[in-house]
Amino acid sequence: MATQPIDQFATRLRPETRAAVYDGTKTGYEKRTKLLFDNYADPNRLRELAGEIKQHVIENLDTYLPAAEARLQANGVQVHWAATAESACEAVLAIMQARGATKLVKAKTMVSEEIELADFLEKRGIEALETDLGEFIVQIDHDHPSHIVKPIIHKNRSQIATSFEKHGLGAYNDDPATITARARQWLRPKYLQADVGLTGANFISVESGRLVLVTNEGNSRFCLAGTKCHIALVGIEKLVPRDRDLALLLNLLGRSGTAQQLTVYTEFITGPKAAGQPDGPEEMHVIFVDNGRTDVLATECRDILRCIRCGACLNVCPVYRQASGHAYRSVYPGPVGAVLSPLLMGERFPEKADLAKASSLCGACQEVCPVNIPIPDLLLRLRDRAKKEGVSSPGTPPMGAWALLASQPGAWRAALFGGKLINHLPTKLLPIPALRAWENTRTLPQWRGGEFRKWLKRRRG
Amino acid sequence: MLNSERPPLTGKRVQLMATCLCDAFHDDVAAATVQVLEHLGCTIDFPEGQTCCGQPAFNGGDWAASRKVVRHTVATFAGTDPVVVPSGSCAAMMFHGAELEFEHEADLPAVAAVGRRTWEVADFIVNGLKVTTWPGRYNARVAFHRSCHTRGTPSGEAARTLLKAVPGLELVEFGEGEQCCGFGGTFSVSFPHISSAMGDLKLDFIRTAKPDVLASGDMSCLMHLGGLASKEGTPIKCVHVVQILRDALVNGGLLTP
Repeated sequence: MATQPIDQFATRLRPETRAAVYDGTKTGYEKRTKLLFDNYADPNRLRELAGEIKQHVIENLDTYLPAAEARLQANGVQVHWAATAESACEAVLAIMQARGATKLVKAKTMVSEEIELADFLEKRGIEALETDLGEFIVQIDHDHPSHIVKPIIHKNRSQIATSFEKHGLGAYNDDPATITARARQWLRPKYLQADVGLTGANFISVESGRLVLVTNEGNSRFCLAGTKCHIALVGIEKLVPRDRDLALLLNLLGRSGTAQQLTVYTEFITGPKAAGQPDGPEEMHVIFVDNGRTDVLATECRDILRCIRCGACLNVCPVYRQASGHAYRSVYPGPVGAVLSPLLMGERFPEKADLAKASSLCGACQEVCPVNIPIPDLLLRLRDRAKKEGVSSPGTPPMGAWALLASQPGAWRAALFGGKLINHLPTKLLPIPALRAWENTRTLPQWRGGEFRKWLKRRRG
Repeated sequence: MLNSERPPLTGKRVQLMATCLCDAFHDDVAAATVQVLEHLGCTIDFPEGQTCCGQPAFNGGDWAASRKVVRHTVATFAGTDPVVVPSGSCAAMMFHGAELEFEHEADLPAVAAVGRRTWEVADFIVNGLKVTTWPGRYNARVAFHRSCHTRGTPSGEAARTLLKAVPGLELVEFGEGEQCCGFGGTFSVSFPHISSAMGDLKLDFIRTAKPDVLASGDMSCLMHLGGLASKEGTPIKCVHVVQILRDALVNGGLLTP
């Protein structure tokens, strides 16, 4: 029955995976909503304001990016520009090679997933180790994250315990505290052996050049504690104009993403170790990554670049809950991914155009979005674009004949009365795939076409 | 959010948009809308040329086809009288969706003008006519499903206000009320598996609350949920909010059926 790739994926999803995704997302959404409404009289006004700030940023990137570069350089940071995924990876490699570095420890960053950095480095003999617990588990499993904030939301603890056992991290034990302690024990010496620490950035303030990182495990601090070189991979849309904008955005990010007033660690990094400071990386690089973002900016879907990667839209999305993140075949799944992932494909947009169809357009995603992105409208724009580009969409009923009928009242009225035929025909025999798809799981009410019009005429005499 | 603000009403003459679903399947909902609005003193025009709001093609991604239908609808609902529709999603199509797909079209102003005077019926009764009490009687436990196209509009709250006011009616809450029923227009047939799974989950929550009837402001949601329940052999009584309002009047002897 299922013809769309995401629907097909959902039919094959293992029940325990669906249960893990459902529990994780539902809890996340419910805690998020309670916290926001407990803490603020009108969270929606805050979301709208944050959206206006981020929209202002993406519409003024041409001035904010050079300003950020100048500020970062004044702070002693080396700034690099990467137009593509490959050039971003090459930039990391070049920095490492210049230092003779062979070991890198990574904090969680979605951009590094997007550019497939770990694979790139490992193929070139460089150890690139994930230190975020979820990402670490993904790495030892040779899996992919299925959620932008909770990478292993699709796994339960028994699956994780099995992975640890297989990877030589002790005998099977699915106690979360034990799992965490074992990962910590294994990772500790790695921080000390590493040459370079790599992070993303949640925000960079143009005003001060402060790079802001939010984490819960403290691993990004460890990444930067022992290494002499810090590389930050930063999407070009990650800017905020002023430090004070961070107050609003950080308050919304923690609450929306993980239902925390603030994440456990919020780091403000203003440059490499300065003279007189006891420790910290001596060298700091920011690599601004475009990788298709400028092309997105040129479309009518540019609002998606406001996204601050909190994952709230994934948590509330009924389709994500049924299908899981891997159904989206993309680094960015869920509602935000259904918009961003096809757009980031550039000319290969048709390959992921189906993602925009995987939504009932219920609007829950926009209702929770901390930067109020009109995700349903953007999904609709992408559907229109796919149609105009002639992308085929299995299972979507053709609309041409319907439009013809619905713009000619005489034909419409005739169809209303004529439609009664379906009450007397076995619908399985009707050559209408949409009707069969409906009737497979649902009954169709009796056709009563034109009855209201007749009733109204009688009533009016 | 959706812009559903409307200028204050100046008269009680309205144009009824019955919706294609009521025209084809749910005639009693359109009839109840007429009876309720007339009870409230409205004079109702029913433009005979009306067909559909254009939403199926809009959501399905065929905007060119949708615009053809919207142009017909805009011409059909000419004038300045409010357009009242017993569907949150058709209303949202008129005041939001149509504007989106016409943003590069020369006739956007005409389309937007109809949108600005289109009201979902519960919103019209509560925020247009300023009616917040309801006489009569409707003895039932009612589960109200807030359909998704009322997000960001006053319709969901308006329907709850009216239902709570009906003597004898007990509004029962159920889990995950914010979640979609899984209908989603063409989504229901292009993603039949996920659509049905969403509906089944919604039905589980609704059944746990043990309502006598399931109500909504959108027959599309009810057609999907009711259709799933019937197919599974455990039918659930589905009614539109205006049918409850009409039946309450009839039960109270305030309206002749």
